[in-house]
Amino acid sequence: MDPAQILLAVMWVGLTLYAVLGGADFGGGFWDLLAGRSGPGMPQRRLIEHSLGPVWEANHVWLIFVLVVLWTGFPPVFAAVMSTLYIPLTLAAVGIIARGAAYAFRKSSTQLWQQRLFGGAFALSSVLTPFFLGTVAGGIASGRVPPGLAEGDLIESWINPTSLLGGVLAVGVCAYLAAVYLCDDAVRAGLPEMAEAFRRRALAAALVVGALALGGIAVLNADAPLLFAGLTGRALPLVLAGAVLGVVSLLLLRLRRYLLVRGSAVLAVATVVWGWPMAQYPYMLPPGTPYRQAAAQPVVLTTVLVVTAVGALLLIPSIVWLLIIQHRLPYEESH
Amino acid sequence: MTTPTAPAPVVPFDPGGAADLAAARMQMALSLGWHIVLACLGVGMPALLLYTRWRAIRTGDPDHLRLAHQWARAVGVLFAVGAVSGTILSFEMGLLWPGLMGVYGEVFGFPFMLEGFAFFLEAIFIGIYLYAWNLLPPRVHLLSGVPVLIAGVASAFFVVSANAWMNQPRGFVLENGRVTRPSPWEAMFNPATPPQTIHMILAAFMVSGFLTASVYAVGLLRGRRDRYHRLGFSVPFTLAAVVTPFQILAGDYAARFLAEYQPTKLAAMEGLHRTGSHAPLTVGGVYVDDRLRYGLEIPNGLSLLVGYSPDAVVQGLDRTPPADRPPVTPVHLCFDLMVGIGFLLLLLGLWLAVNWWLRREIPRSRLFLWLAAAAGALSAIAVEAGWVVTEVGRQPWTVYGKLRTSEAVNPAPGLWLGFVFLTVIYVILTVSTVYVLRYLVRRERGAPQERVAA
Ligand code: HDD
Ligand code: HEM
Ligand code: HEM
Repeated sequence: MDPAQILLAVMWVGLTLYAVLGGADFGGGFWDLLAGRSGPGMPQRRLIEHSLGPVWEANHVWLIFVLVVLWTGFPPVFAAVMSTLYIPLTLAAVGIIARGAAYAFRKSSTQLWQQRLFGGAFALSSVLTPFFLGTVAGGIASGRVPPGLAEGDLIESWINPTSLLGGVLAVGVCAYLAAVYLCDDAVRAGLPEMAEAFRRRALAAALVVGALALGGIAVLNADAPLLFAGLTGRALPLVLAGAVLGVVSLLLLRLRRYLLVRGSAVLAVATVVWGWPMAQYPYMLPPGTPYRQAAAQPVVLTTVLVVTAVGALLLIPSIVWLLIIQHRLPYEESH
Repeated sequence: MTTPTAPAPVVPFDPGGAADLAAARMQMALSLGWHIVLACLGVGMPALLLYTRWRAIRTGDPDHLRLAHQWARAVGVLFAVGAVSGTILSFEMGLLWPGLMGVYGEVFGFPFMLEGFAFFLEAIFIGIYLYAWNLLPPRVHLLSGVPVLIAGVASAFFVVSANAWMNQPRGFVLENGRVTRPSPWEAMFNPATPPQTIHMILAAFMVSGFLTASVYAVGLLRGRRDRYHRLGFSVPFTLAAVVTPFQILAGDYAARFLAEYQPTKLAAMEGLHRTGSHAPLTVGGVYVDDRLRYGLEIPNGLSLLVGYSPDAVVQGLDRTPPADRPPVTPVHLCFDLMVGIGFLLLLLGLWLAVNWWLRREIPRSRLFLWLAAAAGALSAIAVEAGWVVTEVGRQPWTVYGKLRTSEAVNPAPGLWLGFVFLTVIYVILTVSTVYVLRYLVRRERGAPQERVAA
């Protein structure tokens, strides 16, 4: 493997972690939105808040990590994507502001109307942000982002069948992950009925995401033939693994093996996330820009890799400690 | 993308046109100007948290503990808002300035990358510190806050060194518009890094100290002179006041640096047109027709400051081609503002020191308390002004001498719409942040015994 390939893989690990950790945070906001009226929805909202509490900030740094690796390691790709897709990306950015701020504010406010207002902003932006990020992924994957500055169509690059599929799938995946995690969290918080409620939601979300994925095959075949060819070619093992893991997760959910579903759901999502680059390899901006052409000079790549390795040595134990604390946090303490 | 060939008027859809460039610059200024205040608090507040927490553990003092709790709660909110406003900035580097990132990302992306790791540690340990208050033994809890402080200072160092690189671009060779032989380390440790990072990190501690103290100064003004309020005032105020003289020295260092490395910026800061000896120092004034008018002129002042002698030659704007000169009036006035505030804050610190020395108490003078209540906002204004000096003084270059702002900007049409949209968002964000913080202060006053849960 050359340094560019390794860095690409490192970046994708970051993206995967963002999807499975940050994604679940967004999903929490999704269920928050659907939790019902203020009174009856309160216990669910509390549980969601409890499980997001200490980790959401750290979860979202993965996105920043992906961005800085992209602009340092593959600067022309960063420039092309950001300039052509600036509209959905601006909207996603606004969603990120609204979400983070509202979440923090809601925790500090005590009156119902304040909590409703900030809570509404938190929940709504939790749905919009993954949606817009999904449309960005769809725009890139369907070959609508040419190299250069703002060379693509500013509208059609993200309002197109593949992008819409990407957006809806992203929201669905986030919701699914969150529901799965919340089942386990509810059991640990001693709230079995709540676990049942989230179990039903997780099942529903899994079915919807599954159906979307199946229907998506037809969309991709028509709208993004290259991607389709990749997914049914080189990436096929991953696609199949994802499908199998999805079915396994459904079964585990039925059996209420919540801890195991956590694992299988994360793996299922990870296979999808890795299926995408597999399908378009070696192109970063299909159809014409291979990663090698976009990569920074080797010195930069190796420096970044060395620093990442050293950084990981510091980060991993710290994250583990944070997660341990999150799990030990008594349910009442988080309020 | 279609590009009109004729010079287009400023109309809504004018690809890469003047309106979009102006909007992009204002959007960047707005987001950075917003972020920097929160960033300062992110760098400086952990020091205050750790100090009060440490005193509380050492002496079991309830007032220190109460301060530690209260500040932790505020940091919880501030950190979240700081983190999101920073995330937007990383988007904007690409959304607004792809011409900068696409070419130079591999050269100066490296400090941003290191900054990313620093953020990570900061976010992780702030999570631990805020949530594990009752879970960890006090000493371990105190220690869990130390990485927050270190990572905050480190992230300020990294990101400002990226900015310093824009002033003193090093560590690459440009061949046919493509970067070759990049050297990330050389880029990060460019000549502007020491003066800028030192000045910025000190500024962060000043802002954190003065802003926190100003909350309690208001309390003191209203006659709440109990120990809790006195401590809440004196601990952060002392930190900031001690830093102030060093900050003035650091600013002097930064200015001398510019005299040698970026004389055009210094000339704009001082509104100096004619190169020569006996250069005057002008306070205030407006720059019209190559001359500063209506200012207060101190003969030989600038020559004395820069070269310690009236005969020292100072380079003026006349050595720079007109197309490469920055706008003078805003740079000059912002510089005066920053320096003026710096000296005012120095005097304020001296006032407290003298009073403490003579009477062992915080001055009872209402003027002092009024000024102390304003000091927080003033120090933040100094930071904003300082950044305007740095950034506008670098114009028309984004990368000094290498890349113009007009070449860095996203050529896509409609950027101004994004600017309008984001401005609305920032107004809402500002109002809610202030509201929630005030609410925290009031609630604290109502129920002092409330159990901590940040
Ligand atoms: C509390 C804030 C504060 C205070 C009291 C001062 N400054 Fe400052 N100054 C900053 C906060 C700041 C800053 C916001 O942090 C800047 C912007 C960029 C930077 O590195 O620091 C800055 C920039 C800056 C620059 C431009 C550096 C460059 O572009 O490379 C100069 C020359 C000075 N300052 C000089 C001074 C002097 C002579 C001061 C004497 C009173 C002073 N500053 C007080
Ligand atoms: C002088 C300028 C800056 C300083 C001193 C600074 C410092 C900081 C600090 C201390 C934080 C931690 C959050 C907090 O405590 O509130 C932060 C957050 C952040 N900053 Fe800045 N920053 C500066 C400018 C920038 C710029 C130009 C960018 C991007 C291009 C940026 C990107 C970010 C990001 C992405 C975060 C969020 C990290 C997180 O989630 O924890 N910052 N900044
Ligand atoms: C250390 C981190 C910073 C980085 C990397 C950075 C980067 C940039 C970039 C890329 C631009 C656009 C190009 C240009 O106009 O030259 C810009 C413009 C600007 N920035 Fe900064 N900046 C930083 C800190 C700040 C802060 C903290 C402020 C606070 C007010 C600020 C104020 C401005 C202003 C006013 C402009 C517009 C200048 C003009 O167009 O006349 N910057 N900055």
